[in-house]
Amino acid sequence: MSTLPLAKEGRLRSLADFYLTTIRTAIQQQFQYRAATYMYLVGMVAEPVIYLVVWSTIADQSGGTVGGLTAGEFAAYYIVWTLVRTMNIVFTPYGWEERIREGELSGQLLRPLHPIHYDLAWFAGGKVPWVLFYLPIAVVLTLVFKPTFDVRPLEIAVFAVAVWGAYLIRTFYQSALGLVTFWTTRVGALFQLYITLELLLSGRLVPLTLMPEWVQTAAWFLPFRWTFYFPIQALVDDLSNEQLLGGLAMQALWTLIGIGLFSLVWRYAIRRYTAVGN
Amino acid sequence: MNDLQYRVNFALQILQSLLALGTGLVVLWLVYSHTTELNGWSQPELLAVLGVQILMGGVIRALIQPNMMRLTEDVVQGKLDHALTKPVDAQVLISVREVQIWQAVDIVSGAIVIGVALVRLGADLGALDVLAFAVALAFGAVMLYCFWLVLATGSFWVVRMWFLPELFEGVFQTGRWPVGIYPQWLRFGITFLVPIAFAITVPAEALTSRLEWETLALAAGFAVVLFAFTRWFWRFGLKNYTGASA
Repeated sequence: MSTLPLAKEGRLRSLADFYLTTIRTAIQQQFQYRAATYMYLVGMVAEPVIYLVVWSTIADQSGGTVGGLTAGEFAAYYIVWTLVRTMNIVFTPYGWEERIREGELSGQLLRPLHPIHYDLAWFAGGKVPWVLFYLPIAVVLTLVFKPTFDVRPLEIAVFAVAVWGAYLIRTFYQSALGLVTFWTTRVGALFQLYITLELLLSGRLVPLTLMPEWVQTAAWFLPFRWTFYFPIQALVDDLSNEQLLGGLAMQALWTLIGIGLFSLVWRYAIRRYTAVGN
Repeated sequence: MNDLQYRVNFALQILQSLLALGTGLVVLWLVYSHTTELNGWSQPELLAVLGVQILMGGVIRALIQPNMMRLTEDVVQGKLDHALTKPVDAQVLISVREVQIWQAVDIVSGAIVIGVALVRLGADLGALDVLAFAVALAFGAVMLYCFWLVLATGSFWVVRMWFLPELFEGVFQTGRWPVGIYPQWLRFGITFLVPIAFAITVPAEALTSRLEWETLALAAGFAVVLFAFTRWFWRFGLKNYTGASA
């Protein structure tokens, strides 16, 4: 009996070991293929730049503001957007689809660790090079679009936590969606639907205040706003301390719901799994 | 053409096209709920731009991109040597090997959006306007083909090209809006580096009676120059290609 705590400690230590090693490997691999990674990031940056140009044009046309936001505030919103987007890249349902279709999962199931640990660690490691690559892009965007910023230390602290909250939320909901591949090997359509909802309800397309009233109301009952709007707002807007900490609490809540959903689907999905491949 | 066997993919493609179209419409509606015109373009006029962008996207994903991605993969796997031994022009051959037929759904849906936009505009297009539109569209398609081939030719030197579709798709989204709204440097980039303005804004200008003959002439000239350059670059790449199989 006395060996139990020791075993538990060993388990934790090897889990930490596993995370560190995977993170390190991910960092090295992303640096090795830096040209490809950079091109991928450049393609990604086109999205916020387009939104930014469109909305600052409208703001300029309508006498300086639209929906209460100036061109400079839009610039701040979408430049932070880009950092948040870099931080909330996760393993997609397409990845799960391939993993299951190609039979890779069989090998992963034999390991003593749930495959989700691998995804979490790998994509967390990827953030290091991605954010480093993002920095010059941010400098250019800042010089070109002249954002207006006004940040407090607490906002920076909350932002630093909130981007990881966004990462966890997206990981668990998208992985739960990915598990649908156990039933059908064409998860693409469902994923597109998910991405469309996220685009409209998360603040990814526009700051939610520009959306019609009922969309803003709907957004309160869904996880999406905590993956884009809240982290961006934490840095860009003047949220009160209660709003900042309350937001983190909501992220924690949606992460727990996400873990619950994922574990539930996993339990049913794994029973259906009949291995393909070796 | 293999794709014709997979009917479910057709249904899925329709669903995806509808989602993309729906998103585009929501964005347009959102923009025009906050303003009446964007840089001189009214809502139905921007609908025409959206239609051209969707149509052109369908052309690329059905006919151009699959061939170019196959080229990059063949270089990596050493399968290109086989294509090069055939007694036809290699550039022609590698450009027509693949068709993703279901992606053509976007060509149809783009055409429908253009039609709706024209009705809402009450446009009275003469035969000359339609001709100018068709010509501008054709030049645009040629330029985008050239752009893709130049990038894909890069695989003779750079092996990992998996990011090309993502990169192109991202930049191609700039075509949703008339090129005039972008800052100068970006406008230059998406006109001459990535010929999106020629491929989308110029045909849309023809539809909305904005097109000047000088613009169309410039498009024609640039298409010819770009095509000549692409041809030269492709041959230059081939000369550097040492083959990978036996």
